[in-house]
Amino acid sequence: MLEVRDLRKEFQPLSGSTVVALASVSFRVAAGQFVSIVGPSGCGKSTLLQCIAGLSRPTAGHVLLHGREVTGPPEGLILLFQEYNKSLMAWRSVLKNVRFGLENRPGMSRNQIDAEARRYLELVGLEGFEAHYPWELSGGMQQRVAIARALVRRPEVLLMDEPFGSLDALTRIELEDALLRLWESLQATIVFVTHDIEEAVYLSDEVYVLSRRPCQVIEEIAVKLERPRNQLTTREDPRFIQARHHIFELISKEMSRA
Amino acid sequence: MSARLPAKGLAVLLGCLAVWELLARQSVALAAYFPPPSQVLLTLVTILASGDLLGHVAASLSRFAQGYAVAGALAVGTGLCLGLWRPLHALFEPLIELLRPMPSPATIPIAILFLGIGDEMKVAVTVYACSWPILLNTIDGVRAIDPVLWNTAATFRLGPWQRFWKVVLPAASPQIVTGLRVSLAIALILVTTSEMVVSNDGLGFYILDRQRSFQIREMYAAIVALAVIGYMLNRLFLGLDGWTMAWHKGLTRKEEIL
Ligand SMILES: Nc1ncnc2c1ncn2[C@@H]1O[C@H](COP(=O)(O)OP(=O)(O)O)[C@@H](O)[C@H]1O
Ligand SMILES: [Mg+2]
Repeated sequence: MLEVRDLRKEFQPLSGSTVVALASVSFRVAAGQFVSIVGPSGCGKSTLLQCIAGLSRPTAGHVLLHGREVTGPPEGLILLFQEYNKSLMAWRSVLKNVRFGLENRPGMSRNQIDAEARRYLELVGLEGFEAHYPWELSGGMQQRVAIARALVRRPEVLLMDEPFGSLDALTRIELEDALLRLWESLQATIVFVTHDIEEAVYLSDEVYVLSRRPCQVIEEIAVKLERPRNQLTTREDPRFIQARHHIFELISKEMSRA
Repeated sequence: MSARLPAKGLAVLLGCLAVWELLARQSVALAAYFPPPSQVLLTLVTILASGDLLGHVAASLSRFAQGYAVAGALAVGTGLCLGLWRPLHALFEPLIELLRPMPSPATIPIAILFLGIGDEMKVAVTVYACSWPILLNTIDGVRAIDPVLWNTAATFRLGPWQRFWKVVLPAASPQIVTGLRVSLAIALILVTTSEMVVSNDGLGFYILDRQRSFQIREMYAAIVALAVIGYMLNRLFLGLDGWTMAWHKGLTRKEEIL
């Protein structure tokens, strides 16, 4: 359903030579899959997601959604930004931030939007915080608001850029499981960028490992672990450990490459 | 910037008044130029009660309101356009940089040349002078909008108008309000100055006229009235600001703690 074909992205800095962020990235994601992308920091993961989301024009190559080329932000696809605190609207309450996700949906009444927004706030565990402002909340709670705002639109494809990267370990574990539950109930397709190998394996059906800049996919690893996953048993499963081991070796080799 | 006078501050204020009162009562000769505040206050009550001052206050306030309103609409509108459209800003930046540092009262002779000595001239110089802080703050406010916020608007597929109303205007509003607050005082300065240069009514005219006809107490009384008007306008503005920009106050307070 989502296909990235020979994607190349170059940046022309004001001074200095051209930066090739993406050399040639290709992969396919089937509908309803949970795919993670791991790669060294600065390799071009955010750039890749922005190209897929139609926010940044690739220098060459294509992004196809349902076989149609993405040239601008497509309907049914939402990108969750790495800087979730900057992406939330400081002048809107939590409820109004989530409402924002539906406000430009034609044919929805105020009451319907309100009801949906409240339902999704509940789903991410934020009931009681409707009237708060985002900046009054902890990082993890802000991220929940951003997730609710995206999911309330019921996107077919959700792109997430290191969503849990700046959270503490416990919050992270909690949000990983909340995300998996929501993903299963909504049957969305998720492309999840992370630099945490264990997180990638724990969440995904498939993990794509990226090389250093200029970036390309060096390996696609299928994760054949049962769902629902469990923070203890899944992480102790020999197949989990093996996948983690393998990806770790790939990335360390990549990092030490001259 | 506290809206309420603290007790200690009030004590200092009253202390200064007491010193003034004592000094002024030292000699009759001195009191002619420098009447004690008790007499000034009495004079103020008298000229207010006789209706002598009210017409002048109304004339000044009317010019102030016209000039401030026109400047607000004009400068916010222009500022939004220049902030949103970089090529336009690049085109006008040298002109802005050249005109901005010029002391605004210098425009009074030009305005008299073109508009005569009536209200139009006084409103025009007020508009000119208080446009600058509003314009520059609005431009800054728009340009400081985080790219993440722009991208958020894009991934949620907001149209240009929605983007303007739901993102640009609220995100830039704290800076716009700052500009409006700075301009409040400037508007009063220009109204008074232009009335002093040429007029037959208004507080500026009244103050200078009483000085020339050696009615020193009336002169001081009108100056006190002007100060009180300035203070009350600022209080009114801070009240409105605190009400509409509560989110911004909370946000900045939090950033100070972090
Ligand atoms: N707008 C831009 N202009 C110039 N270079 C950029 C721009 N955006 C990203 N880059 C460069 O592209 C590379 C990849 O960045 P990014 O996609 O943010 O990496 P990641 O998300 O994997 O950490 C980096 O070297 C970065 O400096
Ligand atoms: Mg990134």
